[in-house]
Amino acid sequence: MQLTLEFGGGLELLCDSEKIHKVNVDLPNGEDDLTMKHLLSWVRTNVIKERPEMFMKGDTVRPGVLVLVNDCDWELSGQLDTTIEDKDVIVFISTLHGG
Amino acid sequence: MEASEGKSKKPGASRLCCLCNQRRPVLKRPKTLQQICRECFYEVFEEEIHQVIVGNRLFKSGERVAIGASGGKDSTVLAYVLSELNRRHNYGLDLFLLSIDEGITGYRDDSLETVKRNEVQYGLPLQILSYKDLYGWTMDEIVKMIGLKNNCTFCGVFRRQALDRGAALLKVDKLVTGHNADDIAETVLLNILRGDIARLSRCTSITTGEDGPIPRCKPFKYTYEKEIVIYPSLLKLNFDTLTYDIRMLISRSWTTSPPNVSIYSPNAYRGFAREFIKDLERLRPRAILDIIKSGEDFRIATTTKMPEQGTCERCGYISSQKWCKACVLLEGLNRGLPKMGIGRARGGVNGDHKKETKKPPASAAKSLESKQCGSLDF
Ligand SMILES: [Zn+2]
Ligand SMILES: [Zn+2]
Repeated sequence: MQLTLEFGGGLELLCDSEKIHKVNVDLPNGEDDLTMKHLLSWVRTNVIKERPEMFMKGDTVRPGVLVLVNDCDWELSGQLDTTIEDKDVIVFISTLHGG
Repeated sequence: MEASEGKSKKPGASRLCCLCNQRRPVLKRPKTLQQICRECFYEVFEEEIHQVIVGNRLFKSGERVAIGASGGKDSTVLAYVLSELNRRHNYGLDLFLLSIDEGITGYRDDSLETVKRNEVQYGLPLQILSYKDLYGWTMDEIVKMIGLKNNCTFCGVFRRQALDRGAALLKVDKLVTGHNADDIAETVLLNILRGDIARLSRCTSITTGEDGPIPRCKPFKYTYEKEIVIYPSLLKLNFDTLTYDIRMLISRSWTTSPPNVSIYSPNAYRGFAREFIKDLERLRPRAILDIIKSGEDFRIATTTKMPEQGTCERCGYISSQKWCKACVLLEGLNRGLPKMGIGRARGGVNGDHKKETKKPPASAAKSLESKQCGSLDF
């Protein structure tokens, strides 16, 4: 499925300084849905080029990284359990740098 | 399979905003855990800051107020919100943006661009002062003189004073900075860890330096970083392309304090405290406000000898010594003795740092003073 990933707040520095990534992600084997949990590990493998620890901690984003799914706080949609659909826009913003 | 067809793909999306009960929520507020919609978010975000300003009497009508503008997210959102509130509630403030150019090649260029655009977009006048204006030296010149090893001393000391010196130079009544609740909680923690009671009692005050030449205040003291970050991120849907532009420029701008800025500011331990705060926030978002509260409620026994706060004989900045750290460092630079005032170097104007100094109150203060690098003062 086609997704738009946006990185901000310094996170784009971890992926070739490119803020917007149009990507194609396949459903994981034997699953009907794509969850944020799967997407995060996909992003970590396929999009993040350096210092993945700035982006993730354990199996989720590092505390201080804000996630918006279609302009909505992912804390409202179940965080890692959020189901992603075709054409969704997912924004990752680090709050950790700069004032 | 069939059963799940009808229910919303995104749990929570079906619920309504708990403030207006009409619209779809877009944000879970860390402060209250309420799920609120975009419109209500703007309202409560701005209204709370207004209440903080009014409740603490941060400003008086007619005051000339400098907004310390780094081009980063906090100061950019602060500039935007403050100019809005000033208009909406007739504060009667003469607001302008104050930016400092350290003179580090390539470093500020981007963020100064941002501040310049803020000037146009919010109709706020902009003053840029350089280290050259404030100290007579650019950071690059200092590095050339002393080498890369010691410049964190200069950077920390000069940066700490830059806004105050700039504000004094421009004769403002007040200086506001974008320090947010997360910053303050982090500072409380660090001051506790360091046993720096002098700063601990000061760092939670919403206004500091009222006895000095220019008071400083922090209207975002109770504002969560998460909300500051999300504020411009959600703007684009509500407004036209102009604000979309603001959003892009804000999200672009806070990349200008990138991880590698530490070339001149090695605040690594601050990073650990920050991470700890963020871990706590994830477990229990209230923790940030609770830490601020415990900092505020910290009582210091009256028998404790607190460092006496004097002012620098040269520049008037707060200093427990005859000359403030910046003036000592500058004297060294100007005399071609750049090591003066760094670490154990002897023969400085304030005497040997390791020995008891001539001024008794100052020596009592010595043990309470923190290291020069990465000061935790706001
Ligand atoms: Zn609402
Ligand atoms: Zn001085």
